[in-house]
Amino acid sequence: MSIKNLIICIVILAGLVALPHFLAYNFQDLLIFLAVNVLVVVSYRLVTLTGEWSLIHVVMMGVGAYASAMLSKMAGFPFWISMPIAGLTAAGIAALLCFPLFRMTQFYFLIGSFAAGEAIRLVWIYFIDPFGGSSGINNLPPPELGDIDFYEPIPYFYMTLIIVTISLFILYRIEKSRVGLTLNAVHWKAPLAESVGVDTWKYRSLALIVGSFFVGIAGALKVHYLGVVTPHQFGIGVMVFVLIWVIVGGYASFVGPIIGVVVLTVFDQGLRASGIVDPAVQPAVYGAVLIASILFMPEGLEGIGKRFFSKSSGENA
Amino acid sequence: MALLEVKNVTKQFGGLTALNDVSFSVEKGEIRGLIGPNGAGKSTMFKNIAGFYTPTKGEVIYDGQNIAGAHPCKVSGMGLVRTFQETTLFDEMSVFENALVGCHMTARSNLFSAIFGSDRQRQKIAAEKTMDVLEFMGLADRKDQLASELPLGSQRALAMAISLNADPKVLLMDEPFAGMNPEETNHMMDLTRKLQDKGITIVLVEHDMKAVMGLCGYLTVLCFGSLLAEGTPEEIRNNEKVIQAYLGGGS
Repeated sequence: MSIKNLIICIVILAGLVALPHFLAYNFQDLLIFLAVNVLVVVSYRLVTLTGEWSLIHVVMMGVGAYASAMLSKMAGFPFWISMPIAGLTAAGIAALLCFPLFRMTQFYFLIGSFAAGEAIRLVWIYFIDPFGGSSGINNLPPPELGDIDFYEPIPYFYMTLIIVTISLFILYRIEKSRVGLTLNAVHWKAPLAESVGVDTWKYRSLALIVGSFFVGIAGALKVHYLGVVTPHQFGIGVMVFVLIWVIVGGYASFVGPIIGVVVLTVFDQGLRASGIVDPAVQPAVYGAVLIASILFMPEGLEGIGKRFFSKSSGENA
Repeated sequence: MALLEVKNVTKQFGGLTALNDVSFSVEKGEIRGLIGPNGAGKSTMFKNIAGFYTPTKGEVIYDGQNIAGAHPCKVSGMGLVRTFQETTLFDEMSVFENALVGCHMTARSNLFSAIFGSDRQRQKIAAEKTMDVLEFMGLADRKDQLASELPLGSQRALAMAISLNADPKVLLMDEPFAGMNPEETNHMMDLTRKLQDKGITIVLVEHDMKAVMGLCGYLTVLCFGSLLAEGTPEEIRNNEKVIQAYLGGGS
């Protein structure tokens, strides 16, 4: 990471630390979900690096959420232990799913991952003991640390910010390392990668497992703030939003999906606050944004930003 | 003992027999040509050796081990590396990154070292080795270009650089001269000879007779899935059966 990027990161972090103090209460809530969603899209990007788009990512978030919820509610584990276990549980389930799922690629993998995800969701709904059925598990305890009140959004946001920042840093390191290079190679030409000794199955699995680990943590972060976990928080509709964020933001680079989720969330809230559009037709607006972005900016918002900067700063870019 | 030995390999696709009981062996350090008319089973044989197909019957002995049916990534890890027909590259990656992927076996890192950068020394060695290979293939000054932006000749050279970086003992080349102009062909022939000088054994599937005759010390001719003839280029050129197979003479 260059000095310039480091400074940008520090400035953004400082801004994020100050930000919630200038926002109304309900926007502070939103900031927490935004931070969680950033982790969701960035971990999803790791999965897509190998070129396989899965539809199970949000369900993996649910696996983490349920694991953390059940451990803290039923076994009395503190959040600080149940959260990492949430990640490990999601990673473990992902590891098991690799065996059937990565016998397929591309379109078949997409459908297979959707089916596997729905199967997991049906397990949550069907088995009322211990998963609580449709109404899920409620009254989840918040994290405890000294006398910080994690029922308040600002302390919870700071905690989320720290965990998400560390996770993003780790994910960034993975992507920029030899592992990331190999994942990219698997994406572009799997047979060529195999011809120099890359076990493509192993690398695809690795991406899914690590991505699931971090999204599992994101799930735990989300439900311990809400205090409740239900199967409906992790439906295919939510997955579609993740896809829209990633595609509109631009999946070619690390920051693309982050830009996507931030811009669209702000856009969404602006739309809601302005009252121009009836809330009932908001999904339609989202759909229009997706279609427009595929048509007019195939590289996503990130691509537009890059073009703008390379024009304005010339050879500096 | 031969380095690579194909023993009684038969490959059937349903009712079609693509290869019928073919045996031949390749000595260490030679350039072996595998030729034959279209549909003779050259590429099928090639894929059987490189692990992309599993032979229906028979064995592929490499370095004393039967590798028939082993996964391609295992085969290449043992030093038996293939190249691809036409140009097969990691298109949207830079030339340097393309070649860097090649040294996967010696430079791969695990998650821990990826996150904490604990194998920096190894990655530095890999990067230096990659630069040496690019230098050798005459691509060093193009290292930051995207692979898809290179002219055809350079793309082929890059494909070789990727395989070369995997430290092959045997290099299986699938039609490396296809679609090249005479100048590019000559350049590629020089490179291939240089590889032989490095001690790499080469098996070549090729249609370009000028290149094959010029390069190979010994030829294996396939026809309709069977072994038709073996010999030096001189012997093959005067072999009745081969001439008939190629020209479809009146038998």
